[in-house]
Amino acid sequence: MSVFPFVVVAWILTVGLYGIITSRHLVHQIVCLIVVQSSTYVLLLGVGYKTGAVAPYFYDIPGNTPAVDPVVQALALTDVVVEAAVTALLVAFAVQAHKRFGTLDPEELRQLQG
Amino acid sequence: MPVVHTVITPSTVRPFWLMEAFQVTILGLVAAGATAVVLTRNPTRQVIFLSIYGVLLAILFMAFQAPDVTLSELTVGAVILPLMLLLALAKVRRQEE
Amino acid sequence: MKPRQRRWVFLAAAGGFLAFYLWGLIGLPGFGHYPGPYGDIVNAIAVAQTHATGVVSAVNFEYRGFDTLGEEFILFIAATGVATVLRHLRDEHDIRVVDEARDRQVPATSDAIRMVTLAFTGPTLVVGWYLASHAQTSPSGGFQGGVVLATAFTLIYLAGQFIAFKRLSPIHFIDSVEAVAAGSFAVVGVAALGLGAAYLANVLPLGSSPGAVNSSGTIALISFFVGVEVSAAFVLIIGELLEQTLVIREGGR
Repeated sequence: MSVFPFVVVAWILTVGLYGIITSRHLVHQIVCLIVVQSSTYVLLLGVGYKTGAVAPYFYDIPGNTPAVDPVVQALALTDVVVEAAVTALLVAFAVQAHKRFGTLDPEELRQLQG
Repeated sequence: MPVVHTVITPSTVRPFWLMEAFQVTILGLVAAGATAVVLTRNPTRQVIFLSIYGVLLAILFMAFQAPDVTLSELTVGAVILPLMLLLALAKVRRQEE
Repeated sequence: MKPRQRRWVFLAAAGGFLAFYLWGLIGLPGFGHYPGPYGDIVNAIAVAQTHATGVVSAVNFEYRGFDTLGEEFILFIAATGVATVLRHLRDEHDIRVVDEARDRQVPATSDAIRMVTLAFTGPTLVVGWYLASHAQTSPSGGFQGGVVLATAFTLIYLAGQFIAFKRLSPIHFIDSVEAVAAGSFAVVGVAALGLGAAYLANVLPLGSSPGAVNSSGTIALISFFVGVEVSAAFVLIIGELLEQTLVIREGGR
């Protein structure tokens, strides 16, 4: 149990990378990139977890209850929203590539350079 | 004025191993979900699997005691990302006609 | 290199990468045994120092406010990039979109979808506003609230009312709203400079009781601006993508 979350993180990263490398469709590649990004969220939250602790919100519990790490939660939270916007930029590029070259296959797109 | 209850940490309410078992289960489901998302080749079907994967991730973040990240992941992964991807796929399909 | 060869090269490289990655991850202190002092110190002093009971938002907007400023500008630039890339497309193909619309038979949106989405728009707006303005008390904050607010706008599109969606979020207005909100975050920091403290220091009155809506000084203010900026960015992105794909029906319904 003390290393299982990290094994899952490594698995998700590798599976996502495999999807990116063996993909035949740009939108499929973008979704696999989303999966790779999600592995980092799990890693961040897994590092900050404390057994038996609660969420770091002291609205109705006394201030000295053991709580999990708030810093990694802050990092993961902005991460999720910002990377959705960057994914939107990638999607716009994919639409533009299809308009210019007529195909969304990375193999054919690679042969069209110059 | 916030109300202060007595200290009710999770370990005083239910057996200690319940949270661990739940975390192990949901981690396994997340790993299976990621594999399913990657191995689906049809992009439209893959977007549906991505939504389910987002909900599984949100449950995982709740199990890790992170409600803020859960909120972000739910809204982004279930609404914004599938919407953008499906719109792009519709545009591509219309250009091919 | 043919795809099959590439697959085998990747599997070999992935094996090596996985071995080193797992070796590094296993060297971490085990899951659940968080050792680091930083998180515990922040938990201990954040409520007293900032009068905000939501420690994650206090970290986001005060202790790590500068990082959040950078992330918000990443969001801003991504939305601008989407608008730039796709607007070039739209100028070239405006006529073709209208022509195709004449021949196409588009089924009307079903009544069930229309009713449900229009019924949910109001509560979604309220929930998004609540999330964006209560960063310092409970699990909420600018980023989540902004995304939920953008969801409320897209529900209007999903109800089949594209013309209403366009009228409620004209591109130029959304552009300026987003820019003003992103700039306000930076201006709050500069205002702190003007009052003699460090950049982005918490210079507003901290409020009497921790966790009230008007407590925690600049945290609530910054969270509100971030919420507006994030929602404007996502409405802009989805609006641009919609312009590309939508069939504009006869009769403007």
